[in-house]
Amino acid sequence: MGIKLRHEIISTDVLIIGGGTAGCYAALTLCKNSKLKVVIAEKANIKRSGCLAAGVNAINAYIVEGRTPEDYVDYAIKDANGIVRKDLLLSVAKRFNEVTAQMEKLGLVILKDTDGNYVTRGNRNIKINGENFKPILAKAVRKGKNIEVFNNVNITDFMVNDNTIYGAIGFSIREEIAYEFRAKAVIVSTGGAAGLYKPNNPGTSRHKMWYPPFNTGAGYAMGIKAGAEMTSFEMRFIALRCKDTIAPTGTIAQGVQAKQINSLGEVYENNYGITTSERVYGTVKENQLGKGPCYLQTSAMDKVKEKDLLKAYLNMAPSQTLKWIESGKLPSEQDVEITGTEPYIVGGHTASGYWVNTNRETTIHGLYAGGDVTGGCPQKYVSGALAEGEIAALDIISKISEFAEIKENVAKESRKIVKEYEDILKSANALFTAEELEEAMQKVMDEYAGGISTNYQFNEKQLMLAEEKIDNLIQLSKNLSASDMHELMFVYELRERLLVCKSVIAHLYHRKETRWHSFNENLDYPQQRDEYFCYVNSKFENDKLKIIYRDIVKEAVYEHKN
Amino acid sequence: MSIKINQEKCVGCLSCILVCPGSLIKEKDGKAYIKYPKDCWGCASCVKECKVCAIDYYLGADIGGNGSKLNVSYEGDILHWNITKGDGSVLVIDVNSKDSNQY
Ligand SMILES: Cc1cc2nc3c(=O)[nH]c(=O)nc-3n(C[C@H](O)[C@H](O)[C@H](O)COP(=O)(O)OP(=O)(O)OC[C@H]3O[C@@H](n4cnc5c(N)ncnc54)[C@H](O)[C@@H]3O)c2cc1C
Ligand code: SF4
Ligand code: SF4
Repeated sequence: MGIKLRHEIISTDVLIIGGGTAGCYAALTLCKNSKLKVVIAEKANIKRSGCLAAGVNAINAYIVEGRTPEDYVDYAIKDANGIVRKDLLLSVAKRFNEVTAQMEKLGLVILKDTDGNYVTRGNRNIKINGENFKPILAKAVRKGKNIEVFNNVNITDFMVNDNTIYGAIGFSIREEIAYEFRAKAVIVSTGGAAGLYKPNNPGTSRHKMWYPPFNTGAGYAMGIKAGAEMTSFEMRFIALRCKDTIAPTGTIAQGVQAKQINSLGEVYENNYGITTSERVYGTVKENQLGKGPCYLQTSAMDKVKEKDLLKAYLNMAPSQTLKWIESGKLPSEQDVEITGTEPYIVGGHTASGYWVNTNRETTIHGLYAGGDVTGGCPQKYVSGALAEGEIAALDIISKISEFAEIKENVAKESRKIVKEYEDILKSANALFTAEELEEAMQKVMDEYAGGISTNYQFNEKQLMLAEEKIDNLIQLSKNLSASDMHELMFVYELRERLLVCKSVIAHLYHRKETRWHSFNENLDYPQQRDEYFCYVNSKFENDKLKIIYRDIVKEAVYEHKN
Repeated sequence: MSIKINQEKCVGCLSCILVCPGSLIKEKDGKAYIKYPKDCWGCASCVKECKVCAIDYYLGADIGGNGSKLNVSYEGDILHWNITKGDGSVLVIDVNSKDSNQY
């Protein structure tokens, strides 16, 4: 074809990659507390992009009356079996309530009792109308004086020199334009990664998954390529979700207090434990024992509650309400079947992502990370993503004078990447499409790296095979072609996923124990081992992933060291 | 999982194109169409954006779809979620955007 891209250069103080929850809140914080020029580069449109597109149901992380941030940290430590960063958890937990109050000021509806207090759901949640959470956030960003938003711009590479960031590069998916953003500091907030493993509904509904299929792990991949240190990719997140629609279950489990039961009607959750991973594991086990399918027992609920439940789902996962109506059997008439999802990599639920200091600076100078892309801080959810956006933004404001000025010899590096885009657009008749390689990748991960079809289990031999096959697919992905800018994005999304897969496999391999059932169920090492009470980190060096074992951080404030 | 855009009803305002988190909807001859139906996440953002009810949301047969279609119309703060079942009967669930979820 031979498309010549227009090469635009945009200079700013702070570049935010990914205008989702964390990215938008970081922009608002910068705007409120400084005069810095801010640019958001977002692959879709900030109005509904990312995790919040359909809406959320509750603020999952909140310090309710009578509890403290320290209680929250203790809970998260226990749930992750110790492999967390206490400093990171405490810093978000201290901000949960304040960022929530800010969202309420912007227009978020939060349920209150007659005395005006928030109504809590369990020990850590409050109830909201989260259908328009993202539009509310996006509206505030659009009003921000020094914020410029580039929608439909897909970022693919950081520009890094001497381990210091000076910008990033990407392309418009609508116009034939390559964008080079030059900035003093960069926040990456592109969310986690879905679509690595064969999904629950692999056919025409392949994207009916829980985590957004458009969060492809771009931020992880850019960081890996640039040599940033990453942590805990082996702590995969497997969610327990409503069968078929893969809609969240917390609303039923916590809102209606429905128990997990097997097909014999037995409550099985107490037999396996109640941490996040144990709940998934128990469900897998019951199925293996021939006691499936498993359900959330809703059939005892009353009709009034049921009406509210249908509405609650419309506010976050309309497919589930439609499913109930479609089937002719409402939840009071039929228990809700549940299933484990394919494994995702998502730092808002588990601990995978960038290795950061307490202020969310990564190991690349001037590069910060917030939200699901950031590691070490599980169970932070939507309020934690807001909080991390704020923490990163405030640190940037305090240090902006220290960050390197834009260097002049950067043009060469960016021209090389633009040429790569043009080459992909130019090359014709590639044998495979990105879609075909994606299917191949998902099959490999499913069968050899602990996907749904192997009950999330694997052994070392399988992981070695997985690595070999993913390496092969990485080679094949170098020959892909694209006939327009959207297809160019497909090519990069696949490459990002492949690199994340490679990293996940290496991490699974190097944690030679089973620390979390299902999340890393290593059949060669089915027990937890004391010597693995540590973080498994990695860093890409000379085209190889180097594994670094790090001691559990005990300090209140963590700074990077070698 | 996907959506269908009724070409007769579409007035070409292009808001659905703007809002889809996967940029799956494109424009052709002044009307919107979904270019990558298999890539639809089912978030319903486009459905909520369409002010003329031209977008129908449905479940694929592989996940239990039985012919029902869902779209949204507005009256002030109220969202009417209109569900037309396979047999033609219609059910409307009203959600007030100023009310919180009870769960
Ligand atoms: C379905 C669902 C329901 C949830 N429900 C709840 C709930 O009820 N309560 C709760 O507390 N938490 C909930 N969560 C968790 C919470 O929503 C997330 O943890 C949080 O929103 C993550 O924020 P983020 O900024 O990291 O990612 P996102 O908000 O997803 O933002 C990432 C952004 O980056 C963009 N992007 C990705 N790649 C690129 C690229 N290459 N270039 C440019 N832009 C890019 C994406 O388009 C997106 O806008 C839910 C999550 C999901 C998926
Ligand atoms: S929002 Fe509705 S009317 Fe507007 S372009 Fe989309 S389908 Fe057509
Ligand atoms: S339902 Fe969501 S993902 Fe599907 S086309 Fe509409 S906006 Fe896009």
